[in-house]
Amino acid sequence: MIGFSTRLSFAFRCFFSLLFEGKIPQDIVRVLTTSNAEVEPVAARAAPQAQAQKVAGDKLMPESADRAVQMLALLQRDGRLVDFLQEDVSSYPDGQLGAAVRSIHISCRQALDRYMKLEPILSSEEDHPVTVPVGFDPAAIKLVGNVAGEPPIRGLLRHRGWRVAAVTLPSMPLGSGRAIVAPAEVEIP
Amino acid sequence: MDSEFIVGIDLGTTNSALAYCDSAAALEGARIEVATIPQVVNPNEVADRTLLPSFLYIPGDMDFPKGSLSLPWDAEPKFVIGELARKRGAESPGRLVASAKSWLSHAGANRTAPILPWQAPEEISKLSPVEVSSQYLQYLRTIWDTHHVAGGKGHALAKQDVFLTVPASFDEEARELTRRAAEQAGLQRVTLLEEPQAAFYAWLESQGDSWRKRVKVGDLVLVCDVGGGTTDFSLITVSEENGDLALKRVAVGEHILLGGDNMDLALARLLQQKLEVEGRRIDPYQLQGLWHQCRSAKEYLFEHTKSQKQDVTLLGKGRKLVGGTIKTELLRQELNRILVEGFFPKVASGDMPARQRRIGFQELGLPYAADAAVTKHLARFLSQQVQNNPESANIRRGRGGLACPTHVLFNGGVMKADMLRERLVEVLNSWLTEEGFETLGPQNVLDAPDLEHAVARGAAYYGRARRGQGVRIRSGASRTYYIGIESAMPAVPGMEAPLKALCVVPFGMEEGTEAIMPDREFGLVVGEPAEFRFLSSTIRKQDRVGDLLENWGSEIEELSPLDVTLTLAGQQGTVLPVRLESRVTEIGTLELWCASRDGANRWKLELNIREKSGQ
Repeated sequence: MIGFSTRLSFAFRCFFSLLFEGKIPQDIVRVLTTSNAEVEPVAARAAPQAQAQKVAGDKLMPESADRAVQMLALLQRDGRLVDFLQEDVSSYPDGQLGAAVRSIHISCRQALDRYMKLEPILSSEEDHPVTVPVGFDPAAIKLVGNVAGEPPIRGLLRHRGWRVAAVTLPSMPLGSGRAIVAPAEVEIP
Repeated sequence: MDSEFIVGIDLGTTNSALAYCDSAAALEGARIEVATIPQVVNPNEVADRTLLPSFLYIPGDMDFPKGSLSLPWDAEPKFVIGELARKRGAESPGRLVASAKSWLSHAGANRTAPILPWQAPEEISKLSPVEVSSQYLQYLRTIWDTHHVAGGKGHALAKQDVFLTVPASFDEEARELTRRAAEQAGLQRVTLLEEPQAAFYAWLESQGDSWRKRVKVGDLVLVCDVGGGTTDFSLITVSEENGDLALKRVAVGEHILLGGDNMDLALARLLQQKLEVEGRRIDPYQLQGLWHQCRSAKEYLFEHTKSQKQDVTLLGKGRKLVGGTIKTELLRQELNRILVEGFFPKVASGDMPARQRRIGFQELGLPYAADAAVTKHLARFLSQQVQNNPESANIRRGRGGLACPTHVLFNGGVMKADMLRERLVEVLNSWLTEEGFETLGPQNVLDAPDLEHAVARGAAYYGRARRGQGVRIRSGASRTYYIGIESAMPAVPGMEAPLKALCVVPFGMEEGTEAIMPDREFGLVVGEPAEFRFLSSTIRKQDRVGDLLENWGSEIEELSPLDVTLTLAGQQGTVLPVRLESRVTEIGTLELWCASRDGANRWKLELNIREKSGQ
């Protein structure tokens, strides 16, 4: 079993990668497929759609991917985020888009607040000087510009960064529910 | 033996809450805590809340994925109760029970028969209003027991003193049904308390001893409770007893089915009309969304008094999210017109609410108030409740005979809005001026903190007060009760023998007191069931025990009959003369007894609640 923090980071990377590129990062697939013999590499490498079909059969996606889908499903349920990203908005006037976005923004933000506690990595004001300490974590602090010398280094804070302080996701749906981002709705007259 | 905890439960029309305090620590003035109530808020998601929405959804096989409703203490609950029930009910109303409490007090319905959800599809096995109320209490009991008993303390809720609140306007039938619901839920030590009193107790708790500085002898406090579904008024007098201030609840209003939900719906209807003028069609599903959005927009405008409008956006359905988005706005001017002028209009104290029931609402089953004007209902309350009140000497009255409060205590979610409070005080002040009194200022408005939990907290405070820790409001019977006696007259075909009413419990009869009707005896046959007709009045407050009335117009209404069967060994079939005794118990219940002439045997009359015809 992979450690929790790694799973968490995988979950996020999968989430955004699925969202914006439609695929799961290869390195994650490799780690997961070697650690979890149940899942065949072919299935994991396939497109998400094919995976969903696979899941609808019998086998489950790895837990980390399930959690990514779950977060997406929560943002969709409470904030309609997937509907929004999947819609071609190029033809709408700004006013119409603005009205929708305002509403989506409020509800997605509420969902985010509910399930994930986010905090800035550095708490100083942006565009103010900060000191990068000895032994800093390059994953948490990215140096840009004239990167040279030894820490501690003085620089200007350009972005405070975000870190997840706590995740309070609800329990996972069972079986096929894990691949569902939003159920189809059928109204019975 | 005293219980370890004192528990207050607010079984509300739209939300319920539970507060408690440790009775061992009561002597040092223990803090009253509000309980967290875990509940399913979405499929697969259990979250802690401090309110339990009083909604019950009866799930079918097609409603939720298997296992998605499981609670920590129940893997497959039969009903969904709380937040998810409310949400899901908006999508599938046929399986939702809402406002069960209003059904409890609706004499036109058969309240012990499975009638809810009202107009549910046939395959659903329905519940009675009593069962639904009992389900909510059972839910709270399970949470309590899971928390306290599993924690190894062994303090089951069944063994605690529970103070359960009911609207002051509940009659003896509705109170009896509430007691039965508590009994069915396994609560063994229940005392009923009126909600407006509980709200006042919450204020007392928040004030500590300094409440004595806020009110003085001769003051009259109006408790104005406008919740999600109902409006309830009470009057409390401040008098002097043994050199200390004493409080007494002297009047209660009628049951008015009018509240915040009506207000939000009125706003949603307005915006629906606006959109339809623009050529948009709003389907019932979108109206739900509009309703919800109107509530948020309303709260925003109430909070941000400088904003002139708030956007209301309905996202498109299906995948055309942005394309189908409908945008409109709620203007402050509209909010004022609909809510302030519509529900709290400036009216004269003589303006009475329209009595007729609105046709369109009838199909919903509940007798909703015909007039939406809260201020008119208040005018009726203040003018009507004081007539013939035995306490009238202590009630401040003006030139026109109107009861004139010196203080107002607000309760209920609607009254959180400053605009509405101000309006209500403004209207009240116009009446006070007319009646020749000074107007009320901010110091005359008593603020109970934490309106959402005030009633539950107040109930727990009352429990503590009963053990000698705090001041108590004396209340007594909220109505006058009568036994119907058919006149001995020659029968006329097609006409019922005229009914006389014998007063057995006068208005205000105090807790822990008894009354005997010595002059009147009834001959009852031993071993055979006897039935007494039972009546009550909210208006006739002057009648004394033993008074016999003949013509009362519409001032008295009939309740379910009282049944009694005399059992006496070896006396089967003999006629036994008995007299009636009445009693208001310490736990706020009403009891009627038949006693034999020598007083050696007594039989209790039981309220036989059943469906009444002709409604």
